[in-house]
Amino acid sequence: MNAPDFRVARSTRMHRYVLVVGVLIVAVLAIFPLWAQVSFLRTMVTFFTLLALAQMWNLLGGYAGLISVGQQAYLGLGAYGLWLIGDVIGLHPFVAVILAGVLAAAVALPVAPLIFRLRGGYFAIGTWVVAEVVRLVVSNIQATGGGSGKTVISAARLPIDTRINGTYLLALFVAVGSILLVYFLLRSRLGLALTAIRDNQLAAQSSGVNVFRAKLYVYLISAFGCGVVGAVVAMNLLRIQPAAAFSINWTAYALFIVVIGGLGTIEGPIIGTVIYFTLLQSLSQYGTTYMLLLGVIAVVMATKAPRGIWGFIAKRWDVHLFPVRRRLALEEPPKPESPAAAGTSGPVAEAS
Amino acid sequence: MDWVNVGLQGILLGGLYALFATGLSLVFGVMRMVNLAHGDLGILAAFVALFLVQSLHLGFIWSGLLTIVIMFVVGYLLQRGLLNFVLGDDDARPVVVTFGLMIIIQNGLIMWFSADSQGLDAGKIENISIRITDKLSIGWFPLLVFVTSIVVIALLQQFLNRTKLGRAFRATSDDREAAELMGINNRHIYGLAMAIALAIVALAGIMLAARTTFDPTQGPLRLIYAFEAVIMGGMGSMWGTLIGAIVLGVSQTLGSQAFGSGWGILVGHLVFLTVLAVRPSGFFAKTVAA
Amino acid sequence: MSVLEFQEVDVFYGDFQALFKVSFKVEEGQTFACIGANGGGKSTLLRTIAGLQRPASGQVLFQGEPVEKHPAHDRVGMGIALVPEGRRVFPSLTVFENLQIGAYGGRKGDWNTDSVMELFPLLKPLVKRQASSLSGGEQQALAIGRALMSNPQILLLDEVSLGLAPVVIKRIYEAMVLLVGTGTTILVVEQDVQHVLTVADYVACFLEGRISLEGKPSDLSSEAITAAYFGM
Repeated sequence: MNAPDFRVARSTRMHRYVLVVGVLIVAVLAIFPLWAQVSFLRTMVTFFTLLALAQMWNLLGGYAGLISVGQQAYLGLGAYGLWLIGDVIGLHPFVAVILAGVLAAAVALPVAPLIFRLRGGYFAIGTWVVAEVVRLVVSNIQATGGGSGKTVISAARLPIDTRINGTYLLALFVAVGSILLVYFLLRSRLGLALTAIRDNQLAAQSSGVNVFRAKLYVYLISAFGCGVVGAVVAMNLLRIQPAAAFSINWTAYALFIVVIGGLGTIEGPIIGTVIYFTLLQSLSQYGTTYMLLLGVIAVVMATKAPRGIWGFIAKRWDVHLFPVRRRLALEEPPKPESPAAAGTSGPVAEAS
Repeated sequence: MDWVNVGLQGILLGGLYALFATGLSLVFGVMRMVNLAHGDLGILAAFVALFLVQSLHLGFIWSGLLTIVIMFVVGYLLQRGLLNFVLGDDDARPVVVTFGLMIIIQNGLIMWFSADSQGLDAGKIENISIRITDKLSIGWFPLLVFVTSIVVIALLQQFLNRTKLGRAFRATSDDREAAELMGINNRHIYGLAMAIALAIVALAGIMLAARTTFDPTQGPLRLIYAFEAVIMGGMGSMWGTLIGAIVLGVSQTLGSQAFGSGWGILVGHLVFLTVLAVRPSGFFAKTVAA
Repeated sequence: MSVLEFQEVDVFYGDFQALFKVSFKVEEGQTFACIGANGGGKSTLLRTIAGLQRPASGQVLFQGEPVEKHPAHDRVGMGIALVPEGRRVFPSLTVFENLQIGAYGGRKGDWNTDSVMELFPLLKPLVKRQASSLSGGEQQALAIGRALMSNPQILLLDEVSLGLAPVVIKRIYEAMVLLVGTGTTILVVEQDVQHVLTVADYVACFLEGRISLEGKPSDLSSEAITAAYFGM
């Protein structure tokens, strides 16, 4: 009897529906500037930047298994990068945003081999030390404005409509971009390597996966993403200050979003951001109580429901909006020798 | 001569950092967990002591001792009530949970005590200096802190090496399952390890509070210094942690002296990163960094 | 009343069933051997008795009492001592400390560091050495000695000859003969059939989670054992 042919399948019909719905949502969001209020647009910028930040944090933590509490280093570097490239060097701020991300990734490059010497919880604190070092350097140098920071003049000088609408669209672009970036990355060979590393690093290594290189690429991509997010935030606020730009709170927000939404999924951070953002809008005036509540939710979720809300939904109804999982689909075999040998087409084994 | 003075202060500062670091090192040694809330728990202890002094009017020493006992109990309950359930092969969960804990403690303290700086009055011993030579003098209290750190580490080593329970700690650290076969309840051992760690960090927090002002947001910095001391000293070695702490303290004070007060901490971080680059296992590693 | 009794015990590792309705009895003073190829369920058996594994159904009785409600760390105090597969001595402890920890949760009795080292004289010069620096055979002797320190009612030995040179295996089994002579109840799991049959009073052969053959060694022919071992 011939072994049945199989192919590695990814999408189903449902995924095509999701794609159409997704494009529609983005299109609707893109035309908001035509009629929405300035304050609403600015609030949405916050939403988009949080979503992108969460995706980047999740890429590092949920997929590569590198839990970082220091991504604010790159977020802050992105903010300062915008000022550096926009004000000092003089490029157009919208261009500067992307280059700021590159700047952040450039700093991440020598940092990675250093902190990769640490594992687990110690790796996490190591990332925090890096963030602190960057913050202290920036705070202590007069050229970067020291402790009081800088105004992003190149952005402030843009015509107000261009600035508000442009920042909004840029933020939308960054949010969608972060989702697409993670999505295509996971479908690539790097993504397969990451899954293998996440499951069993030693086995992955013996199968020929260059673990260091895989982690490095992910770390650089995450740094780039966080840098871009930081630049957009700076564009939105027009002021950068070391204490705010390099604040641990950024990690706190990303961590809460991902823990609530679901670690290691693309859908998780989306849901998490929606929930977090809704909570933020209604409770933010309570400041400290709000943060305390977030802390409690994070602890409870991580203890009792480690897969997050999306993890629960995905498991319960076997739903996956983004086709990143690889399944084994059998083709119809040529001629079965006996009824028992007849194959089936359709998913046989799932590999996430 | 100023430099020698500054260096000496750095060494004594290392004693305080070592006190913070010892608990972190113990918990990692026994259960391979890094508690991100470790520094904040030390600050929590300082606030507990403050509360006891202010509200119950107990003296500094009685408040301190009672705080240590309270934090011992808190540590045991925290481990058995929460942290034991997130231990495992997954690195992410303990980091996330202890991070959340950190946020809870900080904001809880702000809500209860406000974000203002506080001070803990330890009485007259705080400001006495001892003159060694004409140009050299060290504070009495910093010296006390330094000596305390040495005593604590020595006692901990004796406990681990010579007592039945200490042996159980080491066995559990080596092989949790085999230890169960010996009759060792590892959930209980983990609880005790955390209890001891929090008792020590409480002592550290109280001494910090007596030495300088403190506020609810100081926890993370304490954690970072403790971490740097442990990594530089070498994982698995308590005396190494002391050395690491001294190196950190000296780097900070010399850095402040050389470049200005804003730069001291940065110099400390840079020294740490250099050691991490050049000798990742630390000075006295018992276990080589993987 | 038997020292140990299995009644229709099922044990699962996740979805995989390792033991299927296994039943047998071990009598006081008996040396009961479980043989069989890898995957037969023998180690699972011992781990279940020691409490590291829970039965999905059925009962494990020790001295007539069900053991289920007792967690693993209580069992050594009841008189159940396991020498686990792979020795698993505590690497950072010295030989002496390994023996000491063997007595941590155990019972009073004739076994102490002196008597254990009488049984395994090779340990005497190694007393202060770190267990990680010992050879395989030395570690095996230490692991058995460590289990004896708890003065067990029943001693469970899991694959003590695995990975050891023939000369070393011979010495381990010489010690086992002495052990048997003291009247200790022993349940020994082995892949090496030759040696274990020389000391066993009773043997059960495990194949894929079930007993395929059992009886006194003198009653069983080597053809029957081979057939049961390989499932032919």
